[in-house]
Amino acid sequence: MKRRWLSALTLGALVALAVFSLAPLLWMVSVSLMPAGEATAAPPRLLPSAPTLAHYEALFSRLPLARAFANSLLLASAATALGLLTNSAAGYAFAKLRFRGRDALSRALLAALVIPGQVAMLPLFLLVKELGLVNTYAGVLVPSLASIFGIFLVRQYVLAIPDALLDAARLDGAGELRVFTAVVLPLCRPVLVTLGTFTFLGAWNDFLWPLVVLSDEALQPLPVALASLLGEHAPDVEILMAGSVLTVLPVVVLFVALQRHYLRGILAGSLRG
Amino acid sequence: MAALEARGSPLDERTQRAGLCFAAPALAAIAVFFVLPVAAALLLSLTDFDIYAVADPASLRFVGLANYARLLADPSFWNALGNTLYFAAVGGTLSVAASLGGALLLEAPLARARGFFRTVYFLPVVTTLVAVAIVWRFLYHPRIGLLNRALDALGLPAVDWLGDPAWAMPAIIGLAVWKNFGWNLVIFAAGLQAIPAQLYEAARLDGASGWQQLRHVTLPMLLPTTSFVVLMTAIGSLQLFAEPYVMTQGGPGDATRSLVLLMYEQGFRWWNLGFAAAIAFVLFAIVAAATWVGRRVFAVERTV
Repeated sequence: MKRRWLSALTLGALVALAVFSLAPLLWMVSVSLMPAGEATAAPPRLLPSAPTLAHYEALFSRLPLARAFANSLLLASAATALGLLTNSAAGYAFAKLRFRGRDALSRALLAALVIPGQVAMLPLFLLVKELGLVNTYAGVLVPSLASIFGIFLVRQYVLAIPDALLDAARLDGAGELRVFTAVVLPLCRPVLVTLGTFTFLGAWNDFLWPLVVLSDEALQPLPVALASLLGEHAPDVEILMAGSVLTVLPVVVLFVALQRHYLRGILAGSLRG
Repeated sequence: MAALEARGSPLDERTQRAGLCFAAPALAAIAVFFVLPVAAALLLSLTDFDIYAVADPASLRFVGLANYARLLADPSFWNALGNTLYFAAVGGTLSVAASLGGALLLEAPLARARGFFRTVYFLPVVTTLVAVAIVWRFLYHPRIGLLNRALDALGLPAVDWLGDPAWAMPAIIGLAVWKNFGWNLVIFAAGLQAIPAQLYEAARLDGASGWQQLRHVTLPMLLPTTSFVVLMTAIGSLQLFAEPYVMTQGGPGDATRSLVLLMYEQGFRWWNLGFAAAIAFVLFAIVAAATWVGRRVFAVERTV
C-alpha cells in the first residue's frame, strides 16, 4: 500500500517537472497560432480561439525570416562539415599517429580549453576585418574551423580502435589517407554523428559571434534576425512567437531524432577519464 | 619500446609525416583563430585601442596597465562583476540543486518512463537561447504575462519582473535554471547509475532507511560528479550574456549587466577595444581561478 502511494507520488513529481519543462514551449506554439492581439487580450487565453498560420506566412512574405532560415541552415551545415573534417583528422592523428611534439601539443590544447571564447573575440574581429571577412559567411565560420573539444572527442574514440587493424590495412598497401578514409572513418561513425549533432546545434543556436560579424540583414541567421525582430515588433507577441517556433523547431526535431548520440557526447565530456 | 620507435624506420617517418598532415588543418585553425587572438587580446588590453585606432592603427598607444587601473576605479565594472557573481552563485546553486533533485527522482527505483521524461527535461537545453528568452520575456510581462496572471489568480500582488531592479536578476535566473535543468540532470543521472547496487544492498542489510542511504551512500558516491557539475556550471554562469542582452539589455538601470555584456558594449558598441580586452582578461582570470580551485581543492579531474 505504502509502495503504491510512493509510486504515484514519484510519477506525479516526474509529471510536474515535465510540465515545468514543456509549458513555456507549448505556450510559445499556442500563441504563435492565435489571431493577432489575442495573446494580449483580457481575459487571458491559453489556446487560440481560431488557430491560424497567418503569422508564419507574415514571417516568410513580409519579414525576412525565410532568408534568415536559409542562412542558419547554410551556416550550421557548413560549420558541421568543416568541423567534422578537421577535427576527425586531427583526432585520429592525436590518437594513432606519433608525430614530434604530439604529447606537448596535446597538453597545451587541454590547457587552452580553460580559456573562455570571449577572450579571443575582440582581436578575432579585428583579424576578420583585416581579412575582409566582415559581413561574409566565411567570417562567421572562422571560429568553427576546428574545436579542441571535437579533437579530443574523436581522439578518445579512435584510441579504442586496435592498432592491428590499421597495420593490416598498411600491409595491404593502403596509404595513410586510405587508412584514414577506408578504415578509421567508417569505424568512427557513431562519434562523428555525436560531434556532428553537437556542432550543428551549437552553430544553429550561436548568437554573439554572428551578431558581431554580420550587420548585413541579408546574411544574418535566425537568432540575430529574431533579436532585431524583437526590436521592431515588440508588441506583436504572436509574430514573435511564430519566429521563435521557427527558430527552435528544427533543433528540437534534430535532437529528438539523434538524442542518443547527443547525450553520449555530454557524457564523454564528463565521466570517462 | 619508445627507444625502438624513436629510431627512424621508414614506417616511422611515414607516420610522422601523416600525423603532421592530418593534425595540421585543425592546429593551424586553432593557432590563427584562437591562440593568436588570445595573445593579441592581452596586448590589446595594454593599449588605448579605440574607434580612432580602428580607422587608423597608427594612432594606437601603449598604455601599460592603465586600462586595468581604470577598470578597478570604474563602478560599472564592479557592478557587472557583482551581477555576474550573483548570477553564478545564486543561479548556479539553484540550477545544480534542481538538476540533482530531478536526477534523484528520475533514477528512483519507482520511477517509470525514464527515457520519455529524460527527453522532455532535456528539450529546453537544445532550444535557441534568443528564442526562449523572448518567450520568457512575455511570460514575465507585468500585465499580460502568464506568471502575473497566475499570481493574480492566487490573489497575490503583481510583480514587475524585468522592470524592477530587485526582481530582474531573479527572473533571468529563472530562465537559466529552466534551460540548463536537463544538461546537469543527464550528467547526475549517469553518475547515479554508476553507483554499485551492492552498496545499497549492504546499507539495507545494516537497516539503513531511504534517507540514510541517500546521505551515506548516494551523495558521497556522487561527490566527484557533483564537483564536476558545480565547476562547469560556475564557468558557464560567469559567461552570462544572451539572457540579459535579449530580456533586459542590462537593465533596469544596471541591474543585469554582466561582465560579458559590459565587454560587448564597450568593445562593439563604443569601440573601446583596449578597455574591453581588459574586461575579457579579468573574466579569464576569474574562470582560471575557479578551475584551479576546482582541480586543486575539489579534485575535479576533467574540464572538457
